[in-house]
Amino acid sequence: MKIKHQIAISDTGFLFNPATGESFTVNPVGAEIINLLREGHTWQEIIDKITEMYSVERNSFEKDLHEFAGIMKMHQLLDKDE
Amino acid sequence: MSKPRYTIAVTGLNAIDSPGPGVAVIRGLLEAASFDARIIGLAYESLEPGIYMPNLTNHTYQIPYPTAGTDELMERLTYIHSRENIDVIIPNFDAELYSFMKLEPKLKQMGIRMFLPTFEQFEERHKVNLTKFGEKYGIDVPLGIAITDPAEIYKHEKELDFPLMVKGKWYDAYIAYNMEQARNYFNKIAAKWGYPVILQKFVHGTEYNVTGLGDGNGNTIAAVPMRKQYITDKGKAWAGISIADENLMDLTRRFVESTGWRGGFELEMMKSNDGRYYLMEINPRIPAWVYLAVGVGQNIPEALTRLALGEKVEPYTNYEVGKLFIRYAWDMIVDRSEFENYSVNGELKKDEHGKETL
Amino acid sequence: MEKKHYERPHIIKLEAGMPGKSGIRTEQAPTTHIDGMAVKELVKTYGSPLFVLSEQTIRSTYRKAFKAFSTRYPNVQFAWSYKTNYLSAVCNIFHQEGAWAEVVSGFEYDKAIANGVDPGKIIFNGPGKSREELIMATEKGSLIHIDHLDELYLLIEVAEKTSQKPRVSIRVNMDTGIYPMWDRFGFNYESGQAWDALNKIMHSGKLELMGLHTHIGTFIMTATAYAIAATKLADLARSLQQKFNHHLKYIDIGGGFASKNTLKGSYLPGSDTNPSFDEYAEAISSALINSHFSPGELPLLILETGRALVDEAGYIISSVIANKRLSSGRRATILDAGVNLLFTAFWYQHQVTVAQGVSQHREDTTLYGPLCMNIDCVRESVNLPMLNINDQVVIHHTGAYNVTQWMQFITLRPNVVLIDENGNAHVIRESETLESVTGGEKTPEHLIKLR
Repeated sequence: MKIKHQIAISDTGFLFNPATGESFTVNPVGAEIINLLREGHTWQEIIDKITEMYSVERNSFEKDLHEFAGIMKMHQLLDKDE
Repeated sequence: MSKPRYTIAVTGLNAIDSPGPGVAVIRGLLEAASFDARIIGLAYESLEPGIYMPNLTNHTYQIPYPTAGTDELMERLTYIHSRENIDVIIPNFDAELYSFMKLEPKLKQMGIRMFLPTFEQFEERHKVNLTKFGEKYGIDVPLGIAITDPAEIYKHEKELDFPLMVKGKWYDAYIAYNMEQARNYFNKIAAKWGYPVILQKFVHGTEYNVTGLGDGNGNTIAAVPMRKQYITDKGKAWAGISIADENLMDLTRRFVESTGWRGGFELEMMKSNDGRYYLMEINPRIPAWVYLAVGVGQNIPEALTRLALGEKVEPYTNYEVGKLFIRYAWDMIVDRSEFENYSVNGELKKDEHGKETL
Repeated sequence: MEKKHYERPHIIKLEAGMPGKSGIRTEQAPTTHIDGMAVKELVKTYGSPLFVLSEQTIRSTYRKAFKAFSTRYPNVQFAWSYKTNYLSAVCNIFHQEGAWAEVVSGFEYDKAIANGVDPGKIIFNGPGKSREELIMATEKGSLIHIDHLDELYLLIEVAEKTSQKPRVSIRVNMDTGIYPMWDRFGFNYESGQAWDALNKIMHSGKLELMGLHTHIGTFIMTATAYAIAATKLADLARSLQQKFNHHLKYIDIGGGFASKNTLKGSYLPGSDTNPSFDEYAEAISSALINSHFSPGELPLLILETGRALVDEAGYIISSVIANKRLSSGRRATILDAGVNLLFTAFWYQHQVTVAQGVSQHREDTTLYGPLCMNIDCVRESVNLPMLNINDQVVIHHTGAYNVTQWMQFITLRPNVVLIDENGNAHVIRESETLESVTGGEKTPEHLIKLR
C-alpha cells in the first residue's frame, strides 16, 4: 500500500491532496498511519507499530486498517498499483 | 472626545448568492458615527466568505448549529466571551434567533447585550401564525394554512387555488402551479424543516420590502422601503432601489406600534394589482440588503447596537429616495492555511490589516 | 509504558461547507457516569444492554412539577400514569411522593392494588373496562372515568347490584386548537355529547358524579391548549351547578405534557422548545382561577402526566457490536439495544452520547439495533465519535413508555436497574430467560418429537 507522494499532512491532522484539491481531516491514529505510509512502511510494519503504541488488539486493528485503506482508496489517496 | 469602542459579535457571514445579513451588518457597524467597532465573527461553516474577507472581522469563531441545543451554544459563547469580552451580539439567522432569545437573560448577566424581539412577538409573527396576526392587528395578509399531511392540500385546494405558495416553517418557499408540485414541495420542505408546512394564497402583484428597527416601546427608530429591481433564481434581491411610499411607511409604523416590536425586522409586502398592500412575511431580524438603509442615511446596525446598550436613540426621519444597491460577486484569494486553521481549530484570527495571524 | 488510547483511524473529506442553515454538528460530552455510577461498572455488573433509572431524577422532576402547580393553585393532586412505566419500584417512588394511581386496564388496576395504593385513590380510565372490572372498582370505591355511553349504561346496571354507588367522572374530548384532535376517547364537548352524558348521570341518581376529566392529546407543545381545555371543563362544571346545584370535587386535566425529547422532524432540540412545567401550570391554573369558581370552591386539580415526569430519569446503556460501511459509503454502527427495547425510537430523535473519552473527530453514523429486521433503527443519522467494538453509548430520556411498550421480539429483555438516592444500584426487573418467554407455552403431544 502506497500513499500518493505529493500528499501532505499537517500536525493538526489536516490533509490536502494537491492533485484533486480535496481537503480532509484525519484523527491521530489515522495521521500516524499516513505518516508511516509516507515513510514507506509496509502493511505489517504499520500493524506492528500501531499495536505497540496503542491499546488495541492486532486483529481488531487489522480490520480497522483494512477499512481505513478502503476509504483512502475511495478518496483516491493511494497509488493505483495497490 | 474620543468615541467608545465596542466589541460586537455578528453571525450570518455567508455572503453568498442567498446571503446572510452578517457582512452588511458589519459594514454598517464599521461605519458607525457614534462608536468604533471591533468585530467578532460567529460562523457555522468553513466557507462563509465573511470569515476570510479583509478588514471585516478581527477574529471568527465557529459556533454550534441551533440543532445542538442552547447548552452547547452557551458553552461556546462563554469561551468566546472569555477571550474577547463581547459587548453586543447581533444574531442574523431566523433559525438561531430562538436559541439566542432563550439565552438572552444569561448572556445579559455576563455583560453581553442583544436587542431581540420578545418570544411573544417572535411567535405571533411566525409564518404559521401570520393569518391570526393579520386579524389581530388589522393588517391584510394572504390566507395561510399550516398543514402536517400532504393529503390536506386537497382539502384546502378550493380556498387557496393554484398557484399557491408552499413554505417551510423556517426557510424555503416555492410556488406550486399544480397538485403534483405542491405535494413535491411539501415533502421536500417537510424533510428539511419539519412540520408544519404552510400553504399560502398566492398574491399577484409587485413585491416591496421594508427594513426597520423598533425600540420595543412602539417607536419606529428606522424604516427604509425598497423595491426589488432584480431577483435571483433563489428569490433574493440582487438589486433594489429605495422608494418613497407613504402607505408602506404607515403600515410599517402601525406594525411597530401595535406589536411594540423590539429589534430589527424586515417586512415582505405585496402590492396587489388592485392596489392593496398585503403583508406576506415578517422576518424578525435585519435583512441582507440592510446596507442600502445604511447607504441612504439610516444606520440600522448602529442604532440597534446603541439600543442594545441601553442608550436613547432618536428616530431617523429621513432617507435618500432613489438610491440603488447592486450586489456583486467578487473573488477573494485565500491561502489554504486560513481555511485549514478555521476547519481544524474552529477559529481564525485576523489582525487589523485583515491578515491572518495565529 | 502505558499504551495510548486507541481510536479507529478515521479520515473525513471536508465538504465545501456552505451553511445549510441546518446541520447536526454536535460536541456532546461523553456520559461516563449516571448518578455517580460508572457506566463501565454498571455494564460489567449487570450486563449490556441495560436499562437504568435514576430515583433522584424521578423525585426531583416530580417535586419540580408539583411545585409548579401547587404554587399557583390551592389544591393539586398528581396521579401516576401506570402505562407510562409500571415497574413497581418506579410506581412506588411516585406513590411515596404523594401521587395517586391512574390505570387503564384491569391488569394495571390489580398492579396498583398490589402496590398498596388506597383504592379510593385509583383513577380507572380507558375505553375497555369489563363488567367485572367495573364491579370491582365500584365495590372498592375507586374513581371510574366513563369513556362512552355503553359504559355509562353498564355502570347504571352495575350500580343496581353493588353495595356502593359508583364514583364516576366522564372523560370529555374537545377542540383545543391541537391537531390532531383526539375525539376517539370520551364524550365530545362542542357537539353537546358531554353535557348530554352529564344529564343522564344526574337524572339516573345511581351514580355519584365526582368530577370531569379530559386528556387532550400527547406531547402537546403549546401550553395554551390546556388553558382552553380547563376553561371548557370549568364551563361544564358551571352548568352542573346552575342546573343541578351539583358541585364537582375535582377537575382532571389528564396528561400529555411533552418531555425534553426531540420529536422526529423537529429542527430545534426538545430541551429548548418544549414547554416547562411552569408554563403548563400557569396556563391551567390561570384558566381555572379566572373561571367562575369562587375562591373557596375551586375543585381539586388532578394531573395525570406521565411522560414528562419520568422520561428524563431513564437511560439505556448499549454496547457496540460492530461497525460497518454501507454501500453508499455511510457509516453504520450496530448496537445491542434496538427498537425492541426502545419503542420510542419510532418517534424521537433520542439523544445518544458515548460513554468514554474521545477525540474531536466525528462522523455521521446510522445506529442500528441487533434485530434481524429492517425496522430496527435507533437513529437514522447522528454525529458520533469513532466507536470501537464493546464501547458503550448511552441513550437518553428513555424512562417513559419503553419498559411498558417494549417488545418481546426476537430476543430477551435485559436487566432494569434503579440507582437510588445514595448512589446504590438495585435490579428492579431481572433480565429474561428462555423460561420467562416459553413458560406459558403448551406444545401438543404429537408436536414434541421432531421426527
